[in-house]
Amino acid sequence: MKSAVVQLPGLNRDRDMIAALTKISGTPPITVWQTETEIPDVDLVVIPGGFSYGDYLRCGAIAARMPVMQAIREKAEQGVKVIGVCNGFQILVESGLLPGALMRNASLKFVCREVKLEVANATTAFTQTYEKGQIIRCPVAHHDGNYFADPETLKTIEDKGQVVFRYAEGTNPNGSINDIAGIVNEKGNVLGMMPHPENLIESAHGGTDGRGLFASALNVIAA
Amino acid sequence: MIKARVTVTLKNGVLDPQGKAIEGALGSLGFEGVGQVRQGKVFDLEIDSSDKARAEADLKDMCEKLLANTVIENYTISIA
Repeated sequence: MKSAVVQLPGLNRDRDMIAALTKISGTPPITVWQTETEIPDVDLVVIPGGFSYGDYLRCGAIAARMPVMQAIREKAEQGVKVIGVCNGFQILVESGLLPGALMRNASLKFVCREVKLEVANATTAFTQTYEKGQIIRCPVAHHDGNYFADPETLKTIEDKGQVVFRYAEGTNPNGSINDIAGIVNEKGNVLGMMPHPENLIESAHGGTDGRGLFASALNVIAA
Repeated sequence: MIKARVTVTLKNGVLDPQGKAIEGALGSLGFEGVGQVRQGKVFDLEIDSSDKARAEADLKDMCEKLLANTVIENYTISIA
């Protein structure tokens, strides 16, 4: 399975993402700069975390208007899997590839800690290695992860099983509506999540709970 | 030259933790009777044109495409 990692000025979690994808798939991902108008033939495109364009205007707002996003939109329409983590999630909602918006944390504080996630939908292309209702550990590090959607959109994504991860056991770090930590698009091939599964994939990280997400997305599920 | 001001505000029903914090701070400074504070953004733009109708249409487009996130924000445009 071939993958690509998108790079934009201000993103700083790209190295972690490249390391995780390399370790899990055995092949380093291709890197794609923001001005590219085409993405090579890959099965998975990842937008990593960070602070693209210094979070100016709104988190992810400027990045979402860069040429590479049109290329990602085309890939997503073709059914290629797309993952946006943290700032990547913010970029995906700003670009309209995912519904809703990510607002300032209710506490107004940057949160950097570990949370618990409940796998709310284990049937997506990203959660094949998990069980529905399973609780996994995952680190978070963000200032604007407070997911919001209007009541109609919220009902739609809940009814259609588009909520994939929820903060569990009282660990909601940002005030997200319905404890939403990660969602997919209606087609199920675009995932956005605030937590960082790429930072919990090997024993050196103190756990491997995030590994299954990439194993599922990359179709390298161990027997 | 056309000078325009775009004001972006949060929609009703969208929680504004920053506005809430400001409201609390005003209270602690001793300002009484401050009901609700909602924080927004102001953009002052200079447009090199004399065609007001065209500028207004462009500004609306700018708001829809970048200046506001219409999922959570409203905008108003005023042209001097």
